[in-house]
Amino acid sequence: MIRLEGIGREFRVGDQLVRALRNIDLSFEAGDYAAIMGPSGSGKSTLLNIVGLLDRPTTGDYYLEGQNVTDLSDGETASVRREKIGFVFQFFHLVPRLSAEDNVALPMTLAGVAPQERRSRVSEVLRSLGLADRSRHRPDQLSGGQRQRVAIARATVMQPAVILADEPTGNLDTKSGKEVLHILEGLNDRGMTLIVVTHDSEIGDRARRRIGLVDGSIETDLRQR
Amino acid sequence: MTVTDVLGFTVVALRGFRVRTVLMLLAMSIGVASVVVLTALGDGARRFVAEQFSALGTNLLIMLPGRSETTGGPPPLMGETPRNLTLNDALALRRIPGVRWVAPISLGNAEVSLGARNREVLILGTTEEYLHVRGLTMGQGRFLVTPDPTRASPECVIGARIREELFAAQVALGQWLRLGDRRCRVVGILGTQEHSLGVAMDEIVLVPVVFALALFDKESLFRVLVEARTRDHVERTRQSVLEVIKARHEGEDDVTIIAQDAVLATFDNILYALTLAVAGIAAIALAVAGVLIMNVMLIAVSQRTPEIGLLKAIGAPPGQITTLFLSEAAMLSTCGALLGWLAGQLGVWALARAYPQVPIGAPLWAIAAALGIALVTGVAFGILPARRAARLDPVIALSRR
Repeated sequence: MIRLEGIGREFRVGDQLVRALRNIDLSFEAGDYAAIMGPSGSGKSTLLNIVGLLDRPTTGDYYLEGQNVTDLSDGETASVRREKIGFVFQFFHLVPRLSAEDNVALPMTLAGVAPQERRSRVSEVLRSLGLADRSRHRPDQLSGGQRQRVAIARATVMQPAVILADEPTGNLDTKSGKEVLHILEGLNDRGMTLIVVTHDSEIGDRARRRIGLVDGSIETDLRQR
Repeated sequence: MTVTDVLGFTVVALRGFRVRTVLMLLAMSIGVASVVVLTALGDGARRFVAEQFSALGTNLLIMLPGRSETTGGPPPLMGETPRNLTLNDALALRRIPGVRWVAPISLGNAEVSLGARNREVLILGTTEEYLHVRGLTMGQGRFLVTPDPTRASPECVIGARIREELFAAQVALGQWLRLGDRRCRVVGILGTQEHSLGVAMDEIVLVPVVFALALFDKESLFRVLVEARTRDHVERTRQSVLEVIKARHEGEDDVTIIAQDAVLATFDNILYALTLAVAGIAAIALAVAGVLIMNVMLIAVSQRTPEIGLLKAIGAPPGQITTLFLSEAAMLSTCGALLGWLAGQLGVWALARAYPQVPIGAPLWAIAAALGIALVTGVAFGILPARRAARLDPVIALSRR
């Protein structure tokens, strides 16, 4: 469902050209659970941003569910992100002044879903993540693990095909980190494609597929059964 | 995203940054309030003058001796003295149809004395018609009665202040006053009058016109006030008056006639221009408020960069982000404008209480313009920050914490 062909990404830093990604050929099947690993500066976040349509490749083509999404306009990529992709970030990125339920409802609000449907879907998602009693709390009243669970609820409420997680446990203690991973894996079990970026091999080892990036090139691509 | 959702998001955002919001509202409302109050003052002054003039009668023509413009003929070498404007000239005007009142006026200063007290006063010689033309009210007694204006009966009507100063607690009616080298009997006292165009009617002594002419030893009148029956008659009456005077002055129309309307229009224009100028200055405050809104929204955009990145990541297209930030600017300026309007009205109300004689009130156009400019500047200055937000690169925006 995701196919990258000859993807390259170059940045200009001062008068130096930095090649963050070099000629990446990669594809993911629906329902995949993949970890993108590598040391910092290896280009793993850049790769995730390109897959998430937040960034554009300098060269190459990107097909998402058969559609070439390389050259879509900003408005069009926004609607693809809204319908098909859910993001989970290291620093949660919740809107501080909104309650947990309003944060979760935000993608639906932007999409223009009717308030009634919004409410029922939000409460359903929050309940399934064990946050029903926290729905009216603001982010600063929640623990790190709870915040990341709210963020996951927000990522999944539009029922996307792919969840992209960038160091989802990087800012959590071990216990809440494990909880968060279990939740993400549970979503994967129900058929969502899950791509996790991490530098932590312990987390990476849990994935069925491990992609190792070094200096912007794929060095290893292992599948385990 | 529905309108309610946009508004809801905006309200929460504005509530989230309370100090910023309050300061912005303050700036905007000061701008609007100053426009409202200043135009109210300017327009109040304009209406005050207009009312003073119409108290004088809008159908009024003022005739004075001498011509103010040169019409044809070689210029006089020695400086020609205009013919006198006599009492008979004025009385001849009474026969013109369309003329309601004719009040000749002779004006001068003289010493008035009663026993040991004396003072210098303005003496105004006229006829009984003056009462109607100027709409005077009597305090005590009666006004001058001049069935035959050419006779000088020795009686006078005095202003309220003159009565106070000369008679104090004594009865004034029926007393004899010395006016210059003549004597006259007080037959009436004017009621307390509003100042009417700078003439203090409280400090005046009114006498029959012939009495005044004799007192000042003059032939010529100072002015003749002619009141037309209706406003529509004014122009025709003016023509007739000129013709009558021309016939009486051997073919020379050597008088100047000022229509009350023309004077009023001039004042009206001046004060209207003044109001506009003051409103313009106040509008600068509004523009400053607009620039402030821009600054604050720019700060908001950089403060909320991660949030904008997030909104983009979860599927907000650039247009939607522009809408959200613009609606914030618009809501700030709308609320600020409404608050300012309220504050302005409050100020106008207070001023109206403090100066009840001036009809203070902001004209509708000024209020509409102030609110309009506030909204337009708010939104116009909101565009730049909103577009900056919409153009943010989501990757960079999200990488900032």
